[in-house]
Amino acid sequence: MSGFPVLTTILLAPVAAALLMVFIPRDEGKLIKCVAAVGTFVSLALSLYVYFAYDQALGGLQFVEKIPWIEDLGVSYFMAVDGISLPMLLLTNLIGFAAIFASWNVNNRPREFFILFCVLVTGVMGTFIAHDLFIFLLFYEVVVIPIYIMVIIWGSTKRVTKEYAAMKLTIYLLIGSAFLLVGVIALFMKSVGILGAPDMSFTALAEAGRQLGRFDQIWLFGLMLFGFGSLISMWPFHSWSPDGYAGAPTAVSMIHAGVLKKIGGYGLIKIALVTLPIGAQFWAPYMAVLGVAGVAYAAFGALAVKDLKYVVGYSSVSHMGYVMLAIACLNVIGINGAVANMFGHGVMAALFFSTIGFIYEKTHTRWIPDLGGLARQTPRLAVAFMLAGMASLGLPGLVTFMPEFTIFIGSFQVYGGLAVAGIAGIILTALYVLRAGANTLFGPPRPEYDHLVDIRGPELVPLVVLGTVLLAGGLLPSLLFDMINSGAVPLMAQIQDVLQIGGKF
Amino acid sequence: MQLTLSVSLTHYLVLSAILFGIGLFGVLVKKNAISVLICIELMLNAVNINFIAISKYVTPGDFIGQIFAIFVITVAAAEVGIGLAIIIAIYRNRLSVNLDEFDWLKW
Amino acid sequence: MVEFAMQHAWLVPLLPALSFVIIVLLTRPWQKLSALVSIACMVSSCVIATLAAYGIFTNHEFTEKPLVYAARWFSLGLPGAPDLVVNVGVQLDPTSAMMIFMVSLVASLIQIYSVGYMEGDPGFSVFFSYLSLFASSMLLLVISSNLLQMFVAWELVGLCSYLLIGFYTHKISAREAAKKAFVTCRVADFGLLLGLLSLQIVFGTLDMVELSEKIHHFQEYTTAGVLTLIAVLVFIGPIGKSGQFPLHVWLPDAMEGPTPVSALIHAATMVVAGVYLVGRTMFLFSQVPAAMELVAVTGAFTALFAASIALTQREIKRILAYSTVSQLGYMMLALGVGSLTASMFHLWTHAFFKALMFLGAGSVLHALHHKADVWEMGGLIKKMPVTGWTFVIGGLAIAGIPPFAGFWSKDEILSMAFNSGHYVLFAMGAITAFMTAFYMWRLIFLAFFGDEKPENHPHESPVFMTAPLVVLAFLATVGGLVGTPWTPWDINWANWIWFHEAHHAEPNYMVMLGSVILAGAGIFLAYQLYYVDKARAKAHALADKYRALHTLSYNKFYIDEIYLWFNHSIVDGAAKLFFLFDIYIVDGIIINGIAAVTRLFGEGARISQTGRLQNYALVFFLGVLAVAVILAFTNPSSAGLMLGGVK
Repeated sequence: MSGFPVLTTILLAPVAAALLMVFIPRDEGKLIKCVAAVGTFVSLALSLYVYFAYDQALGGLQFVEKIPWIEDLGVSYFMAVDGISLPMLLLTNLIGFAAIFASWNVNNRPREFFILFCVLVTGVMGTFIAHDLFIFLLFYEVVVIPIYIMVIIWGSTKRVTKEYAAMKLTIYLLIGSAFLLVGVIALFMKSVGILGAPDMSFTALAEAGRQLGRFDQIWLFGLMLFGFGSLISMWPFHSWSPDGYAGAPTAVSMIHAGVLKKIGGYGLIKIALVTLPIGAQFWAPYMAVLGVAGVAYAAFGALAVKDLKYVVGYSSVSHMGYVMLAIACLNVIGINGAVANMFGHGVMAALFFSTIGFIYEKTHTRWIPDLGGLARQTPRLAVAFMLAGMASLGLPGLVTFMPEFTIFIGSFQVYGGLAVAGIAGIILTALYVLRAGANTLFGPPRPEYDHLVDIRGPELVPLVVLGTVLLAGGLLPSLLFDMINSGAVPLMAQIQDVLQIGGKF
Repeated sequence: MQLTLSVSLTHYLVLSAILFGIGLFGVLVKKNAISVLICIELMLNAVNINFIAISKYVTPGDFIGQIFAIFVITVAAAEVGIGLAIIIAIYRNRLSVNLDEFDWLKW
Repeated sequence: MVEFAMQHAWLVPLLPALSFVIIVLLTRPWQKLSALVSIACMVSSCVIATLAAYGIFTNHEFTEKPLVYAARWFSLGLPGAPDLVVNVGVQLDPTSAMMIFMVSLVASLIQIYSVGYMEGDPGFSVFFSYLSLFASSMLLLVISSNLLQMFVAWELVGLCSYLLIGFYTHKISAREAAKKAFVTCRVADFGLLLGLLSLQIVFGTLDMVELSEKIHHFQEYTTAGVLTLIAVLVFIGPIGKSGQFPLHVWLPDAMEGPTPVSALIHAATMVVAGVYLVGRTMFLFSQVPAAMELVAVTGAFTALFAASIALTQREIKRILAYSTVSQLGYMMLALGVGSLTASMFHLWTHAFFKALMFLGAGSVLHALHHKADVWEMGGLIKKMPVTGWTFVIGGLAIAGIPPFAGFWSKDEILSMAFNSGHYVLFAMGAITAFMTAFYMWRLIFLAFFGDEKPENHPHESPVFMTAPLVVLAFLATVGGLVGTPWTPWDINWANWIWFHEAHHAEPNYMVMLGSVILAGAGIFLAYQLYYVDKARAKAHALADKYRALHTLSYNKFYIDEIYLWFNHSIVDGAAKLFFLFDIYIVDGIIINGIAAVTRLFGEGARISQTGRLQNYALVFFLGVLAVAVILAFTNPSSAGLMLGGVK
């Protein structure tokens, strides 16, 4: 597909905004924020266009842009989207756009903040639209740096210092990516032998990888599982997640919990699973066990903590457990459920974090026992909180329910009793969400919060944008599922014959 | 019978090795910073001898070795200049040129 | 008209949903306008529902073959051979037609009532938006053609119930009650969800029509044991939603919400969703006798259990709440003994008389400024004649005095239990009938008769509130006449709503007479204890005599305390344990441990950094030397290079 390089435009719009911001005087806070908003809006609008212009009947890679770059290594600037990466791209831009408004009140070094943020968004987007493993890793590393700086400068110190949180986040992600890198390099070396020429594109690597022997597939998949797994906060490699989110500024929490984490799940599906199906088959039961363990463990954790951000931090670990469980199903329903759940959870978590950000901004606390009765004083904030909370506990009619339901079907079919243990998580989820919501929003209003001003103006954007998506995706699940399905079916078809040996476990 | 005493490449290399060894020894054990600088000069000159000797015996036609030797001399002059300046600066601060006391790079 | 209504029955849930959206987005600041929008939508929806129901009831074929139209909601897998298809649609047969008619009618009446009841409340518009959303979800639930769609609506009514119970957000009790309702139902929904998942996996569909055909010869898909398990799992959902033992605890607490909510959600409509679900899935339950027995036993026990608690309660709405639990037990009992007819019939009559009594209670609370203890009331009937006499009609109906509605349906249930040979369950039902008559008339005598209390200044409620009472009282009087054994067969309830085959219940005079005698005895006992004996000395003496039993009943058999203990010690304890494990073991020992080891290595390596230039130089030269030596000994060609630069 030739013509206008729309994916590159999407990718570069925030970068352009960042470059423009460099030339704006540092005290022009409003202007800087507007530029950032326009930059992310261009990306959002274009990715919406791509989402609806994508031909689902045709499927496969579309909007392809391919420019050879390092020919000796087979690296090319290869951008393309399919049914699995498109929802993730859209999600990134939805959250990126909303996060700008959630940070509307950042007044400490706004220029640096928004420049870094735009770079961050670009990095995340890049990982989702790159179809070349080298480029994918490149963007992945681009992501890590701004996060570190942003947490250090604009973060908050609660249970742990923000420096500790930033360090933990960064080192975890880097360790994960180091293991990943070993796997990727080994895979690449082997693929050169099989293909006869170096090629870093997903397609070529997948083709080569599927021809690898059982042993190679198992250890390579193991490395990738660790790398991507620690990114998606797979239990027990999850502990960066609550601390990191608690330390990070709102926008970073939103992007991190909303999309960055999903790079792990996305990589597992689009790289590890397709390339190394036999390895996946070997590891699937372990993934399922770790997924369920994460669901239950983190749900209990969320019940015990008193800091709102920790609640959502643990809850996101818990939800990612479902994604692991879904991927471990190794069937079409599971993959659909995994991607859809990542989308749904992303929207929900972003809304949740933005709401908590506003609560913190206004009350200067996130400590649940210090809050209460906010529904009276800040009703719109309460609506946002309830909406996010209800989405978190998988209320039907919101975008998170159908994905969970499909995951339950897929996993119940494959894993039976283990899946039941995972499904039981919905009870705990209801318990901690309602408890946090009730203690924050309801009960007698506190006089010290009487002066609070409800969210208004630009602060409403996250609620409106993300809330609309929550409802639209919930009422019309086919909007999301048809797209994912158009990517998941061919993906599974590719590895089906390889998996035939075992079929079910 | 005639005693032919010709100077071969090996002699030059041995000379240069001895010179280099002396210089190295001085650099490693001398306490006085000035002495160390001087010893470094010895080592550099050992290298210069090598350059010129090898140029003369191995590739007599061109003068790459000689050119390099001139380069080395130039650089060495600059290096000594900066080195002495640093030593003087340190001396003004510390009233000492004893290398054993110069361990603040550690911190 | 009728044809249009039947074809567009999807409008029935859609209109209230529309009014929810309108109120939330547009008319919230204007209270009267919001109420108008809400009521207008609700009444139009009621009209359509009535027409559609009329269409269904005048055409017998829909009893056998429901009118279904559905659309794809989403599907997964190859378009040709999908792995999962979920349709949404409308399924109209006499059962659902009866339900949409009843729900929309009761909802309309209650919305009109709320105009009076909620007057002056700052959350007036919000309240109406919630009521609309609730009505919409409930109507969606009853016309669902697909069990997943039904589950969606099932959860949405749960959400509305949560929002409405917690409507007075500033009250801690309301907040806790709302949370309790949601979590309790969530526990039950977990079972239901597992049941639905199993159905989907075993039979590959959740469409009710398709499912009923497949389950009819389920042996091709699975064994009877698995099917029993599935039925039991599905039944857990109704246990929660319909307040059956042991998950009934949320319903009495749900009375924290405004009274119209109690009437609408917790008496007439939402709580019967569980009964309705079991009724809807009779094709499943009827295949597995063990599950049917479970339903029947749960129902009978709940009926008796809740009635025994209601005997001693003091708060007016709480008595009604336990009475609701008890009546729901009757409906379950009816289903369990295999009579969809009797169950739906009781559901129908109960909706009217229980909504009536709740609204009556609301009217009383409105007059007494939310003083809820029946012992502090008295003689209200003089000051509030409309409320009082309509409440008496409700009392007669629920006690089972002919010809009021409750008599016919309760009699039908009891005779079905008797005829099917469940004598123990029949006896439990009969005792419950006696208790029901007693506690309900205890309430009536205490609150409406006897001496007036001087500190109360009751007044009759405005017409917005009394008009729905009168309508409901009328329905509670005549609503049962459609299902008497003497009703002409053509318009007889049993001819419309049945499972397997319609059968005409012959009047069982013995059961009929027995139940009238029991009801009469209950009322008489209440009359003796609370009306004749003005000082109520005998009642107190009786309570003292059986102090232990009284305490047990008054404290609801301590079920709430057990749950509370479980929640606080087991769940929270586990949570704390996991959290500490996370902080100290995973984080403290493993993560920070690895970091500490790294740090230790750093500390070790730091020693080599002496800061002395000459040490560094020495190491440097030794290194160069070592490299040279190694190269010289391992690689002859490089040795040559090293040792002279000559090729």
